[in-house]
Amino acid sequence: MDAVLLTHPWSVWTIIVPLAAAVLAFLVPRRAPLAGIITALSVALFVAATAYRIFLAGPHTQMLGGWQAPLGITLRADGPALIMLLTSGLVGLTVSLYATGYFTAADRQQRYFWPLWLLLWAACNALFLSGDLFNLYVTLELVTLSSIALAALNGSPAALDGAMRYLLAGLLGSLSYLLGVALIYGAYGTVDLTLLGQTVRADGLSRAALALMTAGLLLKTALFPLHFWLPPAHASAPPPVSALLSGLVVKAPLLILFRLWFEVFPDTATAGMAHLLGILGCGAIIWGSLMALRQQRLKLLVAYSTVAQIGYFFLLFPLARGEAAATAWVGVFLLVLAHGCSKASMFLVCGTITRLAGHDRLAGLAGAGGTLGARLLVFALAAVTLVGMPPSSGFIAKWLLINAAIVAGQWWYLATIALGTLLASGYVLRVLSLAFTESQSPPLPVAPRILRWPPLALSVVAVLLGLAAFHPAVLTLAGAPVSGIILLEMVP
Amino acid sequence: MSWREALPVLIVLSSLIPGLIIFTLPEERQRLRTALNLGGALVKLSLVAVLFPFVYLGQSFVFRLPLLPGMDLVLHADALSLLFIVLSAFLWLVTTLYAIGYLEGSPHRSRFFGFFSLCVSSTTGIALAGDLISFVIFYEMLTISTYPLVVHRGTPEALRAGRIYLAYTLSGGILLLVGTAWLRVIAGDLAFVATGILSALDPSLHPSLMVIFLLLILGLGVKAALVPLHGWLPLAMVAPAPVSALLHAVAVVKAGAFGIMRVVYDVYGIEFAASLGLLQPLALIAAMTVIYGSVRTLFQDDLKRRLAYSTVSQVSYIALGIDVAGPLATIGGLVHLVHQGMMKITLFFCAGNLAETLGIHKISEMNGVGRRLPWTMAAFTIGALGMIGLPPLAGFISKWYLVLGGLEAEQNWVIVVLMLSTLLNAAYFLPIIYRIWFGAPPQSWPRDRVRADGRETSLLLLLPPLATGLLVIMLGLLAAAPFSPLQWVQIITIREYIP
Repeated sequence: MDAVLLTHPWSVWTIIVPLAAAVLAFLVPRRAPLAGIITALSVALFVAATAYRIFLAGPHTQMLGGWQAPLGITLRADGPALIMLLTSGLVGLTVSLYATGYFTAADRQQRYFWPLWLLLWAACNALFLSGDLFNLYVTLELVTLSSIALAALNGSPAALDGAMRYLLAGLLGSLSYLLGVALIYGAYGTVDLTLLGQTVRADGLSRAALALMTAGLLLKTALFPLHFWLPPAHASAPPPVSALLSGLVVKAPLLILFRLWFEVFPDTATAGMAHLLGILGCGAIIWGSLMALRQQRLKLLVAYSTVAQIGYFFLLFPLARGEAAATAWVGVFLLVLAHGCSKASMFLVCGTITRLAGHDRLAGLAGAGGTLGARLLVFALAAVTLVGMPPSSGFIAKWLLINAAIVAGQWWYLATIALGTLLASGYVLRVLSLAFTESQSPPLPVAPRILRWPPLALSVVAVLLGLAAFHPAVLTLAGAPVSGIILLEMVP
Repeated sequence: MSWREALPVLIVLSSLIPGLIIFTLPEERQRLRTALNLGGALVKLSLVAVLFPFVYLGQSFVFRLPLLPGMDLVLHADALSLLFIVLSAFLWLVTTLYAIGYLEGSPHRSRFFGFFSLCVSSTTGIALAGDLISFVIFYEMLTISTYPLVVHRGTPEALRAGRIYLAYTLSGGILLLVGTAWLRVIAGDLAFVATGILSALDPSLHPSLMVIFLLLILGLGVKAALVPLHGWLPLAMVAPAPVSALLHAVAVVKAGAFGIMRVVYDVYGIEFAASLGLLQPLALIAAMTVIYGSVRTLFQDDLKRRLAYSTVSQVSYIALGIDVAGPLATIGGLVHLVHQGMMKITLFFCAGNLAETLGIHKISEMNGVGRRLPWTMAAFTIGALGMIGLPPLAGFISKWYLVLGGLEAEQNWVIVVLMLSTLLNAAYFLPIIYRIWFGAPPQSWPRDRVRADGRETSLLLLLPPLATGLLVIMLGLLAAAPFSPLQWVQIITIREYIP
């Protein structure tokens, strides 16, 4: 039994199953929700099996068709990929369950949601496991295109406008990234990450390639000030799609960035470049939070909160230079997991609230003790993780980032983390206080179970992950390009 | 997991699990909700009773859950945690009874009691936390779980108080978190050990340790309502009376005071902290808070606001006792944690009864109310006299040891502060007592609820203040009896001072 568990390429199935299901869902729309649920459950199982294999036997690579790099396609299941797969598994399972209740059979949207979402899922998982620049490009394109189609799903003018901007940003980003890949391929004749990591020289060409690829990916991951496309696209999409876009999709280009900076170009990237990304991250945290504080609509508030949270991920670049590398690495990856779960849950709750109240204007939402009040409390539970309150996974992640900032002596970033936490509590509190405001409107009907339980379960998982962060934290470092101990002490 | 590991966890879970179940209950399941509440409170008290003899004998109960490599969530029971946990477990039981009576028929009770239980679980966690990081975790959980209680009424005023409460406590929480992380970086494991853990560190780190101390005290001082960080406390008065009672007697302000104890005694170590010169400034701030709080109290006509400012003043007795740095002052400070809790909860229960039974919120409306509510007002009088420090009530014992401590440490200004504060206490409580018993009652009360059975108010509202009022007398009279809080505090003090 163990032999099978430890040698079977479980991670490959996380790509194949959603891909097959996407085709099936397209051909037999009637059975699409069923295919979606079965896919979701099996992907969750395969992710668990992958985690178990990495836990016992360490990171591993899979040659598709048995061809070695640079000829064949290599899939790498290492710690960073695993955390991404965990996020994708948890978010994907929850959103799939929710979507079966959200889209009805009569709904035209359901016809397209399932094939697109399953394709997106396969592309995401493939991206997380990809080991070369070109595969990363192809999968990233698939992710972006299926996301854009999903964002336009409900066909409203706002959604089409959002999707259009998304498309524009996505195309520009791809172009820039592909240019960088071409430069590298021209100079070194390979796109394999591991091979490149061994051969890349820190010269002008490498720097130019890194800058081009980074710029493209920044646009795709919507780092401040390139975030202009994100709030309209995320806020106008149907809620299950928003949950996927914010919880999962923005992390895809992020992983590529991490792989490039820490595996392929560790010596090319200068401290100045890293600090530039760090400062943009700080800008994102503060600007995104301030904008979230000013929004009048719930979904826009949550979307701007994503802009802010993306900023935290970019603190990795300055913080992971030097002895605090492992601490910052683990912190950021746990934050990706925590943010994925909490943000997806928040968007799903938004969906339920919008469905119940008929709108998502903050001024019109109040509901102590009623149906809305209960939904808002679930939102608050997800917010506990988002803000980083103990004992949630968000707290553990921020604790590690604070530790890294102190060890690295980067007080500037420490202050931003602290300020960002306070601002986040501020915008979350705007929603939370609504849960306690007495409602004047007539009581609303109770939402169906399938729209209530998945987001609640996901936020509970996000909180409890804080108490079970030990193994994920250790696994994050399996095969990671940084090393060292996780919690640093500096006793002279 | 052995039973020794399980016991601290079970003590936390005994209020957490009923709380989580209560959240899911529909509003009308009143019997089940009451059963869960009281069952949890009784289970908690009995588990604590099991713990008691073992801790007395100096045996340890430790539970560890690894959070990260090199960082555990630690629950452990030592003499100091037991002091706090007995207080919180007992007052939870009393306050739950009171709250059931107080909130009868009002909306959102499932939500209320759910968060109430979470709040008590966090307090228990604070008491049992075995290192500074675990303490911070529960301390922040307390912040989140009390917010819904403060804004429970949902009025704009309540929501505003809640916003200000969170603005203060979350900012403080961040400072505490940063201070803790920084200390973790330079000192490693932050387990609470009597006599402290930092004195062995390299002297070149002492400046950092002083800055960290400031961060930690700023974070803890917000909840302990040290001036000028006290602004949230008088506003939080909009909460229902049982919440105010719990907030002032054991949950929030005491969590801050308890945290200061842990930091001074068990992280820095009292002698090391004194040698760094950290205690003198803190003692001055505490003294200032004592006087400032008392002076502000004088001018409040709203009864709950007067009690709130009185808390600002009284809780700083604890900080004062810690910072005077001598065994006797320590005894006075630590025992005041229990004594103040008992007296203040009595006063808040009585204030709640006045509001609930007669619609009285202001002191100017209290003329002759002793004739209408003789039992309630008897309890109030005992609590108030105890606050003034009249022998043989509980407050006298605390003040006596604080004065002795000031003499012992040759810090005579402490005695002046205490005398001044006592005068002020008398000045703001005696007029109320005079009004209650000797004022001429008005023609009618603002909103009199005369009961058919002729009792002054329902038993659920009457018995809790009577019980705690009785304890205020007993804690003073029987202070020398074995296992009284005073005796227990002496055991703690010996362990803190003798390595």
